[in-house]
Amino acid sequence: MGYWDPRIEEMPKAELEKIQYRLLKTLVYRLYSFSDFYHARMKEAKVHPDDIKTLADIRLLPFMYKSDLRDNYPDKLFCAPQSDLVRYHVSSGTTGKPTVVGYTQKDLDLWTTSLARGLTSCGIGKGDVIQVSYGYGLFTGGLGLHYGAERIGATVLPTSVGNTERQIELMQDLKATAIACTPSYLIHIGEAAERMGVSIQKDTLLRSAIIGAEPWSETMRTRIYETMGVRAYDIYGTSEISGPMFSECSEQKGIHIWGDIAIPEIIDPKTGEPLPPGEHGELVMTVLQKEALPMIRYRIGDLTQILDEPCPCGRTHPRIQRISGRVDDMLIIRGINVFPSAVEHAILGIPELSGHFMIEVDRKGSLDDMLVRVEMAPEALSDKINDLINIKRKVEHTLKNALNVAVQVDLSEPGSLPRFEGKAKRVIDRRVF
Amino acid sequence: MQGEFIIKQISVFSENKPGRLAAIAEALEKSNVNIFAFSIAEANSFGVVRALVDKPDDARSVLEKLGFAVQFTDVIAVRMKDEPGGLHEVAQILGDAGINIEYAYAYSGREAAVLILRVSQAGEAILKIQAAGGSLLRESDLG
Repeated sequence: MGYWDPRIEEMPKAELEKIQYRLLKTLVYRLYSFSDFYHARMKEAKVHPDDIKTLADIRLLPFMYKSDLRDNYPDKLFCAPQSDLVRYHVSSGTTGKPTVVGYTQKDLDLWTTSLARGLTSCGIGKGDVIQVSYGYGLFTGGLGLHYGAERIGATVLPTSVGNTERQIELMQDLKATAIACTPSYLIHIGEAAERMGVSIQKDTLLRSAIIGAEPWSETMRTRIYETMGVRAYDIYGTSEISGPMFSECSEQKGIHIWGDIAIPEIIDPKTGEPLPPGEHGELVMTVLQKEALPMIRYRIGDLTQILDEPCPCGRTHPRIQRISGRVDDMLIIRGINVFPSAVEHAILGIPELSGHFMIEVDRKGSLDDMLVRVEMAPEALSDKINDLINIKRKVEHTLKNALNVAVQVDLSEPGSLPRFEGKAKRVIDRRVF
Repeated sequence: MQGEFIIKQISVFSENKPGRLAAIAEALEKSNVNIFAFSIAEANSFGVVRALVDKPDDARSVLEKLGFAVQFTDVIAVRMKDEPGGLHEVAQILGDAGINIEYAYAYSGREAAVLILRVSQAGEAILKIQAAGGSLLRESDLG
C-alpha cells in the first residue's frame, strides 16, 4: 500500500517527537498569549509555557471539557476572527446548547491532509469512486470525507445519507469502489440491496468501507466482509478535533493518530492521571496546529488504549484501539451524539409535560431507533385526541431540533414513569454492537 | 336554562396497552358505577377513554386513586329515533344549525337511541338543536 506523505508517515519516532514538542510549545505560547480562556486556565493550574520542557510535560497542562464549549457558546473560545473562518460545523451539545466549531482554511487543510493519509493507507486513491454516505451539512462526516476523498484524487459520489435504494442503484451504475458511512448504515445498505436482489459482492465493485461515528465491533467487521465482500476500516474523530480525522490502515490494527497533527493521551477518568502505554482509559486529545478552535488536552469522553508498538504497515505514529465505550452517558444514534441531559433540557422547556422521561434505544433492522417516553402534565390532558397528537408532534419537533436526530415519542400517563432517588437511570439501551 | 342539558363525561387518558381498559372497568364495577355510553379514541400508543356514567364524581375519584388521569368534559346528548333515518334526522339538524362536531359516539338503549356530542360551544348548540325541534337528555336522565 502506498503512502500519502512517506517522509512524515515513516518518520523515526524520536524525530516525530521533536516535531511534536516544537508544535506543542508553540501552541502553548500562542494560547497563553492570545487566548483569555487558556491564559486563565493555565494561571489557575499554575503552569507557565516555560514549564513545558519536554513532550511529557504536556501532563502539566489543564484539561478542556465539553462544558467549556457550552459555557463559551457560540464562539468565545475561537482564536481566529470571523473573517478568517471559512466554515462552521455544529453538533448537539450536552444541555441544549449546540457545540459550534469554526475552521480556518489551514484547519480544513490539516483535516483533509489527515484524511488523505488515512484513505491512502487503506489502499484508496486516484481511480477509486468513493460514495460518501455520511450526512452532509452541519454534521462533520459528509463534508469531511468529501474533501479528503477529493484530495487523493478519487471520484466522490456525494450521496449523503438516506434514500437507500437510489444509493444502491448509483453504487452499481457509477461503479463505487469504496463507501464512507456509519457501520449501521452500511449494514442497512447490505440488507436493502439483498431485498432488491442486488448482491454487493457480485453486482457492485464495492471493496472497502470507511466506517465510524458510532460503536462497532470485530464481529461486525467479519459480518460485513462475509456478507458483502467489503473490507471495513475504522475511522475516528469528533467535531471538536475537526471531524472524522484518523483511520486504520490496510492492516486493520488500530487507528493511526498522526503525531504531527495530534497528541493522544490515556488518563484515568477518575483521577485525571496519565496511564502508562497499553492501559485502558479515557482518551485525551491535543490538536497541535488548529487555529480557529485550539484543543489542549480535550476530554472527549471516549474509552480506549494507545498501541505504542510500530504498526506492521511501517507507519511510526501512535495508534489507538477501537473505542470501547464512553465515560459519560452519551448515546450515539445513527452516528449523531445524543446526551440524555440535552433531552432533559428540551423536555423541561415543554409546559405540557411533567418533566419525567425515559429513553429506550433499540436496533430496528440495522438502524438505531430511539424512543423517548414523556409524561403528560395533568393540566395538559385533553379528551380530544387531536390535542394529544399535537403535543406529541410538538415534543418530536422540539427533540429533533435539539438533538439533530429524529426520535420517536410516546406520551405516558401522569405519574407512570419511574421516579429516581439519587442517580437517575433514564436510558435503556438494548442494542448489541 | 341550557345548563341542565350539559352532561359531564369522564375522559380518561390511557396508554394503549393490554389491561388498561380492564383496570378502568373493574374500578367502575367495584364502586357500583353504571356506564351508559362509552368510546375509545386511540392514536398509536395512547388513547382517551370517554364514558357517560350515572355517578361521574364517584367514577372520577376511584379512577384517580388508581393513578388514572381523569377529566370531566361537557357534552350534550341528543335523542334519536331507533329506526332507519334516526341518525340522519339529528345529523341534519346539527348540519343545518352549523354546529361542528369535535367527536361523537352513540348508544341505542331500551327507550331510545342517543347521540353524544362534543361541540365547541355547547350552550349555543343546545339552543339551536331545541329550535330545530331536537330533544336533549338531562344529566338526571342518566341516574
